[in-house]
Amino acid sequence: MKFTSLLTSAAMALGLATGAMAEDKTKVGFVYVGPVGDGGWTYEHNKGRLAVEEHFGDKVETVFVESVPEGPDAERVMTQMALEGADLIFTTSFGYMDPTINVAKKFPDVKFEHATGYKTADNVSVYSARFYEGRAVQGHIAGNMTKSNIIGYIGSYPIPEVIRGINSAYVHAKKVNPDVEFKIVWAYTWFDPAKEADAATVLIEQGADVILQHTDSTAPQAAAQEAGNVVTFGQASDMSEYAPFPRVSSIIDDWAPYYIARTQAVMDGTWESANTWDGIREGMVAIGEISDAVPADVKEEALALKAAMAAGEYHPFTGPLKKQDGSDWLAEGETADDGTLAGMNFYVEGLEGEIPQ
Amino acid sequence: MIVLEKRPQPSKAWSYATPLVAVLATMVFGGLLFAILGKNPLQAIGTIFWEPLFGEFAFYYRPQLLVKGAPLVLIAIGLSLGFRAGIWNIGAEGQYIMGAIFGAGAGLAFYPLDAFYIFPIMVIAGAFGGWLWAMIPAFLKVRFGTNEILVSLMLVYVAEQMLASVSLGLLKNPEGFGFPGSRNLQSYESAYNAELIAGSGMHWGVVTALIAVIFAYVLLNRHMLGFHIRLTGEAPRAAKFAGVNPARLILFCLGLSGALAGLAGMFEVSGPSGVVSIDFNVGYGFTAIIVAFLGRLHPVGILLAGGLMALTYIGGEIAQSQLGLPAAAIQVFQGMLLFFLLAFDLLTNYRIRAARSEVA
Repeated sequence: MKFTSLLTSAAMALGLATGAMAEDKTKVGFVYVGPVGDGGWTYEHNKGRLAVEEHFGDKVETVFVESVPEGPDAERVMTQMALEGADLIFTTSFGYMDPTINVAKKFPDVKFEHATGYKTADNVSVYSARFYEGRAVQGHIAGNMTKSNIIGYIGSYPIPEVIRGINSAYVHAKKVNPDVEFKIVWAYTWFDPAKEADAATVLIEQGADVILQHTDSTAPQAAAQEAGNVVTFGQASDMSEYAPFPRVSSIIDDWAPYYIARTQAVMDGTWESANTWDGIREGMVAIGEISDAVPADVKEEALALKAAMAAGEYHPFTGPLKKQDGSDWLAEGETADDGTLAGMNFYVEGLEGEIPQ
Repeated sequence: MIVLEKRPQPSKAWSYATPLVAVLATMVFGGLLFAILGKNPLQAIGTIFWEPLFGEFAFYYRPQLLVKGAPLVLIAIGLSLGFRAGIWNIGAEGQYIMGAIFGAGAGLAFYPLDAFYIFPIMVIAGAFGGWLWAMIPAFLKVRFGTNEILVSLMLVYVAEQMLASVSLGLLKNPEGFGFPGSRNLQSYESAYNAELIAGSGMHWGVVTALIAVIFAYVLLNRHMLGFHIRLTGEAPRAAKFAGVNPARLILFCLGLSGALAGLAGMFEVSGPSGVVSIDFNVGYGFTAIIVAFLGRLHPVGILLAGGLMALTYIGGEIAQSQLGLPAAAIQVFQGMLLFFLLAFDLLTNYRIRAARSEVA
């Protein structure tokens, strides 16, 4: 709460500055699906926004609206920002895709950036991060840490982004621990602490001693802490308040460099519609500090894995890999192409259960 | 010492005054809240209530009030009939979802056929979906005496699961690269609930909401059935003697409110939203309960209350982006409205008197 009010007062200072806004200021809007205090996804996007402010100082003005439902409400919020003179608008949830396209049609001079979607236009770019690279490191640690050989996974929605993460984590956990088994719970939410805590509790009761999450709150961390001997990983944000245990590492989304670069491009008049998919190498995906709860040799291997991906030497989906139904996917040494990854709708061999259809 | 004394008759003056007093109290305490958050309270309240109606971009926000208010009014009208008779449909959100699924499903079944009769079929399918979902608690109540509050509420969560299921399976856009969500009905002309006049916000859902208001007004004031509804709520025993069939009344009230909620969902999915997606429902069915009570269960009151709620939503978003107010503060502000309404409602039935403390 305290942090939220801190942010609020920061935003207020901004709001006051608005009155004295000069014409040449670049106005950047952000539409958030959760509250800025979620400690995960939206929190990191908001950090990116604050970084833009810090970088450009009084040359930019940023505005944001949080907890915007996906649909007509998002469309109205974007329209409102465009009407009020935003030059660049970041819409930071998959469900904002069609609204973003609709509003972009009405405001051809405003640039739009939609996170994690696939529809582009002359004034709409899409951007996302290769979170599955982080999942590889996570899977490696998880496979080593589990004693019950059961890893719980809290899925948000069965969309390609989430399925990629499950597959990547599973492939790398299996590599170090052939007996490992994944139990997957679908929460159908990005942010709902109560549901996430329930999901974590269910998984722990089923014997999971490592919990991976693709939802944004710290509720699973709290549930693991209560259980005592369950390992977790920070999602989207470092969640370091639960370090060194249960949180032993994390995947951090770092949007700041991208947001700064795109804002700069608008200022320079060089902005062009693009499809950006960056990973560990570009710094959009970072691995949070691996705590001492992880044995030194495992930590070393995990860091080596990360370094290999950063250098572009290793791809998390490298053959031989088979699909769940036993059919061949990647031959020895072959790596997955981006098209397949972008629309991934199958599990790899060994995962149990079905993707909800 | 202050005591509450029951009025012999509910005060007519207070029953009209409480919504206004509640709005005023919300402004005062909401302003206080905004001041604590370090905002100028007058500016914040001004932004919420003034900006959408008369601000610089009112030309855009005024039509949006219709878009946001219409589903609230449409659902609340249906709910109010049942509430008056003491039949508590809390599950309008679920009926709204089912209406959207049925309506969109009917439309998508014809894709890509271009024909004038598709939209009317979708309207009927939407109403049917909502009606069907409301018939479950209605039937269980009539047949087995179950509690309609619990059953209808629980069915909301079942409907949400159905929504997730069809978004991922049955209605998933075949050209959507495996992502959840249906085809966008906005780009399927025969199924698109477009604005009747471009830029006016006026779509078929708004028209239907206005018709529903008139219909409910006539029903309650001029029709025997309306009389029975009121009688059942106010004097159940008298209603029995007057020959009201409670089972029929339950089926009618729940069925109608379900059908109207279904219509609201159908008009939303085929118009402003366009897509059946996992997060399609945003709480209209629950907010409509507030609207129904804020409007004193009276059709005209509901129309005004729906407009007021829409105003706080849209004004709240403007206050967020212009003043940096957190979303939670806006939600507290909206919550205060219902809280104060219920609190001041006490004055309709009770009066406050100063009394000397007496030794018992």
